[in-house]
Amino acid sequence: MSCNNKEVVGLMHRYLDGGLTTEEENKLRLHLEDCEDCQQHFHELKRTITFIQSAESVTAPEGFTANVMNNLPAEKSRMRYMRWFKKHPVITAAAIFFIFMISGMLSMWNQNTELVVSKEEDLVIDGGTVIVPPDVVVEGDLVVRNGDLIISGTIEGNVTLINGELIEDPFENESLMASVGEINGEIKQVDQAFEWMWYKIKNFFNNLFSF
Amino acid sequence: MDEIVREKIKHVKKGDQSAFEDVVFLFQNKIYQHCFRMLGNRQEAEDIAQEAFIRAYVNIDSFDERRKFSTWLYRIATNLTIDRIRKRKPDYYLDAEIKGTEGLNMYSQLPYEQRLPGEEVENMELQRYIHKEISELPPKYRSIIILRYLEDFSLKEISEILNIPMGTVKTRIHRGREALRKKLRHV
Repeated sequence: MSCNNKEVVGLMHRYLDGGLTTEEENKLRLHLEDCEDCQQHFHELKRTITFIQSAESVTAPEGFTANVMNNLPAEKSRMRYMRWFKKHPVITAAAIFFIFMISGMLSMWNQNTELVVSKEEDLVIDGGTVIVPPDVVVEGDLVVRNGDLIISGTIEGNVTLINGELIEDPFENESLMASVGEINGEIKQVDQAFEWMWYKIKNFFNNLFSF
Repeated sequence: MDEIVREKIKHVKKGDQSAFEDVVFLFQNKIYQHCFRMLGNRQEAEDIAQEAFIRAYVNIDSFDERRKFSTWLYRIATNLTIDRIRKRKPDYYLDAEIKGTEGLNMYSQLPYEQRLPGEEVENMELQRYIHKEISELPPKYRSIIILRYLEDFSLKEISEILNIPMGTVKTRIHRGREALRKKLRHV
């Protein structure tokens, strides 16, 4: 071969890939006019491509699609849930939050079986009963949890009873003169978990807005 | 076609298996043919094509909908065929006995029973001869030649399907063409 074949062959391939500039194309054409070897080479390349393109075509065997479908892995139900969770992140988050909230509330409710009184000075605690003696004046609010309350004295503020009852006039039979207790605020009695929750929520908002 | 496929894929992603059936139906011939050209054997082509669709289904969540589904599917199929070719290297030669058969070798997979050296080439159906020559190219050239000239992908699409740089695609297509030119010049 008399020509600088490598470079020209490179041009041929770039021509076939459609990446030649007009200038390069002219150069290739001029060279091909003069050089028979390269002409032959170029002709063979184009012929090869035609050959390749004439290769036989085949079609998929019958029942191919059905076969594929039969061999698809059955979607595991776990996967389906996972997919659903991924699709609905907000609902998932809300559900998880809700579960934690409920379980938290319930466990708190169940744990607190001890008697709790918000202030103990001057009050008498008798087993599961809190007694406000006749001559005592409680200033402010009183909260009793998990216990009953007997009021003979005076409470200036609100009374809240959680999981307990207000026992009225226990001394009825002892003395007619015994003064009935006096509450100058509201009485709130909470017996059920739900009510307790409601009370908590109301308290939370009350605190929030009292600032 | 692209729009239909896009719509179907959305349904598949939502868990609708029947939408995938339509996708398989649309692509079955193309993918089967691609596998057949890569592997040169109908049974293997069917196995691999089927495997390609199953993989596509299982991994559908990793498919980026902004891209072309066909490109992605061809990539899966091409990778599987290349894996298969690598694995069967030991019985790649025509003389080797096919596993699980007695006295059968790769020649029995050819359309004619007699051996076919150069002189008899002319008697062979030209198409099949060409096919044979293509399937004897090293896989990395073979895949590009097939994608470019038999399946009409652009060089850019080929670089996406095979996940190799454009420059490499160009080099390989040049070499593939030259290799085939030498094999087919005397036809």
